[in-house]
Amino acid sequence: MAEVVTLNTRSATAGTATKLAAGPRGKKPRPMLSPRNIMIYGALLFAAAYYLLPLYVMVVTSLKGMPEIRLGNIFSPPVEITFEPWAKAWASACTGLNCDGLSRGFWNSVRITIPSTIVSIAIASINGYALANWRFKGADLFFTILIVGAFIPYQVMIYPIVIVLREMGLYGSLTGLIIVHTIFGMPILTLLFRNYFTSLPEELFKAARVDGAGFWTIYFKIMLPMSLPIFVVAMILQVTGIWNDFLFGVVFTRPEYYPMTVQLNNIVNSVQGVKEYNVNMAATILTGAVPLIVYFVSGRLFVRGIAAGAVKG
Amino acid sequence: MTGQVNTGRPNQLLRNLHSKIASIPMILTAVVIFLGGTLWTVFYSFTNSKLLPRLSFVGLDQYERLWAAPRWLISIQNLAIYGVFSLIFSLVIGFLLAALMDQKIRFENTFRTIFLYPFALSFIVTGLVWQWILNPEFGIQSVVRSLGWTTFSFDPLYTPSIVIYGILIAALWQGTGLVMCLMLAGLRGIDEDIWKAARVDGIPMWKTYLFIIIPMMRAVFITTLVIIASGIVRVYDLVVAQTSGGPGISSEVPAKYVYDYMFQAQNLGQGFAASTMMLITVAIIIVPWAYLEFGGRKRG
Repeated sequence: MAEVVTLNTRSATAGTATKLAAGPRGKKPRPMLSPRNIMIYGALLFAAAYYLLPLYVMVVTSLKGMPEIRLGNIFSPPVEITFEPWAKAWASACTGLNCDGLSRGFWNSVRITIPSTIVSIAIASINGYALANWRFKGADLFFTILIVGAFIPYQVMIYPIVIVLREMGLYGSLTGLIIVHTIFGMPILTLLFRNYFTSLPEELFKAARVDGAGFWTIYFKIMLPMSLPIFVVAMILQVTGIWNDFLFGVVFTRPEYYPMTVQLNNIVNSVQGVKEYNVNMAATILTGAVPLIVYFVSGRLFVRGIAAGAVKG
Repeated sequence: MTGQVNTGRPNQLLRNLHSKIASIPMILTAVVIFLGGTLWTVFYSFTNSKLLPRLSFVGLDQYERLWAAPRWLISIQNLAIYGVFSLIFSLVIGFLLAALMDQKIRFENTFRTIFLYPFALSFIVTGLVWQWILNPEFGIQSVVRSLGWTTFSFDPLYTPSIVIYGILIAALWQGTGLVMCLMLAGLRGIDEDIWKAARVDGIPMWKTYLFIIIPMMRAVFITTLVIIASGIVRVYDLVVAQTSGGPGISSEVPAKYVYDYMFQAQNLGQGFAASTMMLITVAIIIVPWAYLEFGGRKRG
């Protein structure tokens, strides 16, 4: 670049003939169809096709009738579009004796996800705030245990939690599951909030202290309004994470409270009856729809969330 | 440090009281659940608890039984195969995609959205979709056969010897987008001047990547490695959805072993011993990393 620029300034002082030879400034534009570009875009398009294929297959299968599925192949578009599988998956697919479809699981998941998200974010943001601005003796030790705990396989801690919840009379209830989600969401969310609050200018906090504001006043009046973006990131992280959870749902709730993922698995992998692949795929899309919508709407914030939340695995 | 105002009060406990009260949930979670729960499980893995945990110690009996159980050995073998291939492929594919994305391409956002969307889906959804695609009667196998290759055979989910690779395909589909994102962030963090210097020296692009850029991205690679590895040890939902451990027990994994023994076979002792083994596996991955990452420098 630098050489090109000096060449151009020099040529400006020279005659018109050299000016023409020097040509326009800046990088030489690459032709769109260079072999290099064909390779890059070819590889990217190939990869994109691989990633999109399952989504395509899901949608296509869910719109076909069973006779068409038995005859055709899974990649062919539906000849006769039918929404019956969707209706059946939502309202009348069977898990064991219950035949009220995925709708129950959906509402259970809603009832689990909303309070879990709110409670876990509320607690974790206060933790992060305390760690960033009001560090007390030993706080770092607890925080370290918390972060190390994020790497411990859940299976190691599940049974003690079952006992604790049983003692509290909450085992099997929605409240119990909400507590579990709050516990396991805590490491990553606390880390997220702690890092964010530490990055805020300290003068702000000091000025509020001088003005006589206390722990809660500073949190609600200054920190909270300033950190809306990080709350959104935390929300995306929690909504998708909790919605997609399977293990906690199956361990900590009774069948009538099973979240959507558990119910979906029970519908699709049930051994009784004829397999209705179109209904299965419609049910699968319905279960994946919420996190997918969150993902497509949130865009860059989601990327930020997973970069922070990747530790969760 | 910042919030402590020394009023000269003698009582250490009352200092910063609000902060301490607000941190009670965190302290309880860290100490009771994470630390206490882990120790409790390890402790009870030395007992012969069946339906309920009880304190009758049997030494290492549970572990001996565990390592003699064919199902556990298959689980470990599966985890090893799945783990090694999943690490290699997700790092390679993730890095290649990131390198392609870093060529100042158009529609970068579109491509990123496509590569990452599976990561937003649950393992259950992932497992069920791939179960369908790999279905021998209707899926890829039958499609290829209908194109004329009548002897074509690709049926991982019903072939015990290769079933774990069927799960691997699904896992890679779900997880490589994340690796790509982490790698892309790493590539973007590399100084433009390095590239210019390499170009001036006439080093071909692949050599620049292999010998200059990748060594510079060491930290990113290690973090990614730890993330993938701790995810591998936990793999559970995907197997449950895609194969339920079958055919037979050929796609069992340790996390499923733990769950089944704790909550279905009413054999808590085995479950605790197996979960302790999972803990040890994770410790083997995490401890050296934590030592490298945090051991060297002092914490602020």
